Amino acid sequence: MPKVIEKISARTENLRNRLEGVDLRQNAIFIALLAVIAFFAITTPMHTSVTPDNWSNLVVQNGYILVLAIGMVMIIIAGHIDLSVGSVACFIGSVAGILVVRPLEQHGWEWLPAFPWWGAILGAIAVGALVGMWQGFWVAYVGIPAFIVTLAGMLLFRGLALMTLQNSNIGPYPDKFRAIGNGFIDIDNRIGTKFGVTHYNLVALVITAIGILALLWNSLATRRGRIKYKQKVEPRTWFFIKNVLLAVMMGYVGVQLSRAHGIPWTLMVLVFLIVVYTIVMKKTTFGRHIYAIGGNLHAAVLSGINVRRVNFWLFVNMGALAALSGILITARMNSAVPSAGNGFELDAISSVFIGGAAVQGGVGTVIGSIVGGMIQGILGNGMNLNSLGISYQMTIKGLVLLLAVAFDVWSKKRTK
Amino acid sequence: MTENILEMRDITKTFPGVKALVNVDLHVKRGNIHAICGENGAGKSTLMKVLSGVYPHGTYEGDIVFENEVLNLKNIRDSEHLGIVIIHQELALSPHLSIAENIFLNNEIKTRGLIDWNKTNQEAQKLLAKVGLSEDPNTAVKNIGVGKQQLVEIAKALSKRVKLLILDEPTAALNDADSEHLLDLLRQFKSQGMTCIIISHKLNEIAAIADMTTIIRDGEVIETLDMSAGKVDQERIIKAMVGREMNNRYPVREPKIGNEILRVENWTVHHPDDASREVIHNVNFNVKAGEIVGLAGIMGAGRTELARSIFGHSWGVNISGQVHVNGKLANLKTVRHAIDAGIAYSTEDRKRFGLNLIDDIKRNISIASLDDFVKFGLVNDNEEYRVASEYRDSMNIKAPSPNSIVGKLSGGNQQKVVLSQWINVNPEVLILDEPTRGIDVGAKYEIYTIMQELAARGKAVLVISSELPELLGICDRIYAIAEGRITGEVERKDFSPELLMKYMTMTKEATHA
Repeated sequence: MPKVIEKISARTENLRNRLEGVDLRQNAIFIALLAVIAFFAITTPMHTSVTPDNWSNLVVQNGYILVLAIGMVMIIIAGHIDLSVGSVACFIGSVAGILVVRPLEQHGWEWLPAFPWWGAILGAIAVGALVGMWQGFWVAYVGIPAFIVTLAGMLLFRGLALMTLQNSNIGPYPDKFRAIGNGFIDIDNRIGTKFGVTHYNLVALVITAIGILALLWNSLATRRGRIKYKQKVEPRTWFFIKNVLLAVMMGYVGVQLSRAHGIPWTLMVLVFLIVVYTIVMKKTTFGRHIYAIGGNLHAAVLSGINVRRVNFWLFVNMGALAALSGILITARMNSAVPSAGNGFELDAISSVFIGGAAVQGGVGTVIGSIVGGMIQGILGNGMNLNSLGISYQMTIKGLVLLLAVAFDVWSKKRTK
Repeated sequence: MTENILEMRDITKTFPGVKALVNVDLHVKRGNIHAICGENGAGKSTLMKVLSGVYPHGTYEGDIVFENEVLNLKNIRDSEHLGIVIIHQELALSPHLSIAENIFLNNEIKTRGLIDWNKTNQEAQKLLAKVGLSEDPNTAVKNIGVGKQQLVEIAKALSKRVKLLILDEPTAALNDADSEHLLDLLRQFKSQGMTCIIISHKLNEIAAIADMTTIIRDGEVIETLDMSAGKVDQERIIKAMVGREMNNRYPVREPKIGNEILRVENWTVHHPDDASREVIHNVNFNVKAGEIVGLAGIMGAGRTELARSIFGHSWGVNISGQVHVNGKLANLKTVRHAIDAGIAYSTEDRKRFGLNLIDDIKRNISIASLDDFVKFGLVNDNEEYRVASEYRDSMNIKAPSPNSIVGKLSGGNQQKVVLSQWINVNPEVLILDEPTRGIDVGAKYEIYTIMQELAARGKAVLVISSELPELLGICDRIYAIAEGRITGEVERKDFSPELLMKYMTMTKEATHA
């Protein structure tokens, strides 16, 4: 008997050694995501939550919040907040309407040349950047706390949106414009049919495969680089398990999407933004300055960082991303309405905090916020499928936010 | 009067993985001033936290006997109730509240449940008189100097009918005059029968004031010295603290002084809150290659203000004058300009102004020279790791890895990270503001060595320090500054504390306190 116990204790010791170097706190959020997916896969009637169509819905329904979350996490890492993003999204949706719809559909606007769909998107994002410059100016160069500036902005841009909309809706939008929020790559599966693949969207499968390969190549290259510089890396087994798990998840979602309508354009936009902004935050001086400012503002100033400029461009960036979010929601709803974007700021902010950012600033990641947003989205979607009333949904979402941050605080205390 | 007011018997306190205190015995006689010395991390603060109830009864082994009673403290309130009051190094005052409000915070004087402000102010006035402060008790604490704030803390302790006053590094942030006043006050309290425990790094103060000195090292009591009986010299205490003979507290070197690198001319700076107030008046000085130059002055003389105004105008407004680096007129519009001109400044307050405590060592070292790590627009973090590893080895930064979080390091190691950060921008001029504040004797020696190596590499080093012996020990030349003016310049061969002190206190109106 004692031999068996010895063996077991040796094994657990072995396991503990292997897990050394694994950041459990960072991985906890992914585990939570898997748990939420699994929970609803089991509880929703006929497992609706994991059907191809539902996966497709999840992406297009949450894309505009996730876009906001990317900008928001950067703002929060720098120690600010942006309460105006929902109003800005609404305003920009209506601006896009002016650019692309009004001249075609409405009397009295014939003099205004209609923009092509891509011109309207670029123009709307430019206006969003201008909005960001306005807010960035007050925060960075006048020194008014972002909470106040964006609280004012919340009212200001909602007001401007109402003026632009003239108390009505703008729509419908041209199909090409709508595609960004509601369209799919090769929805008719023409390419697949050509090669005799009819039940799966071939383009979706190819894109998924490329995505998986890129992910694996990136993990491997990063690990190689670390080893070359004699840095401590995750244990080999863990690295293997983690990446296989990620690849399987990606593959699964990709296959499900290919069984529905293919890859949504929203997803392509989102993946592009996640990659670009992860690089910005981790690997550019701009991103590193953001972390430094949030970690210790005084030290950042005395390290020669131009804090005002960083803050200014942070808000310009947020404005542009809020604009993109506004474009996505307008395209999806095929109409710019006065109530669009109501409460988006709160969803974006809670995504960021569920994703592990700190209220004091200095801490947070793009990918964490995306996962935080997905947890929220899947929760809402799953509760809908379970026909849970809105009252319960709000209560549960509130508790999830609170508990997620409480877990973060608790695990930080433990490591001290 | 030889009875012990306090006996801590066989105290052992364990944290997961570390024994912070091992069988510590501390006996304090009533009416004595009892000093506790030890390097950073020796266990002084832990011992005081046990005594004041921060670590409640049951979380440590051993007994605390206070006035012949074994204590069973649950929290700080319990210990304060018994008359044991601790004043921490970082003052616990609320800056926007008035002196009176601070004194009676959480101990308010009430009539029928409401705060009686007349009585509060009256009582506060009495307490202030006892500590020799003549301020209006309605003054906000942020508007009085740090020396006076310390006195407010003591007044607060008095309001709690203190029997045993514990002071943790009370003079660390005070200038000499304020320190002297504080020590006088302690002597006066002693004559009234109060008992004090004082934790200090300043051995000359301990020698001047303490009746007994207990030296702690690595969580154990090394010895308790009777300071009154025989003459205990500072070397003896140092030896006990570091566990080795430190005959030489300052490394020796042969300076190789070259051409002038930094020249400051007619430098005048005004206060940022009050642009009409001149803080630095027409200052001129220079530092040569390979030279370590000291800037000596009492607190408030304008040392840090001078340094920071030169470092990219990061302090002050309406700045006039010229700075030359290597004979070239430097543009110092922003901190970035100053760094590019070849000037680096390491702050006196590394936690507030120097480090991102929640980030790791490598990113703290690279932040001021981040552009050097950029390739094709992207920061190479492996390269950051490599550079940080080199500094960890060459500077002897004690940390498991360059990825360790800076906030978890000891003061000395944090200081080495700050120095690494500035050495890595490869400056011509290094301005080091209080580079050894709050760090232990061993780490100080290492910092001095680093400064000398920098000088040997041809850098111009300007050191600001409140500790005159330190400047005398390491500098080739010292400027004295008083009230924002350079009042004297002394070459190494003429160094004497008396002469420098004379210059440092040479004020425009000769009526300085």
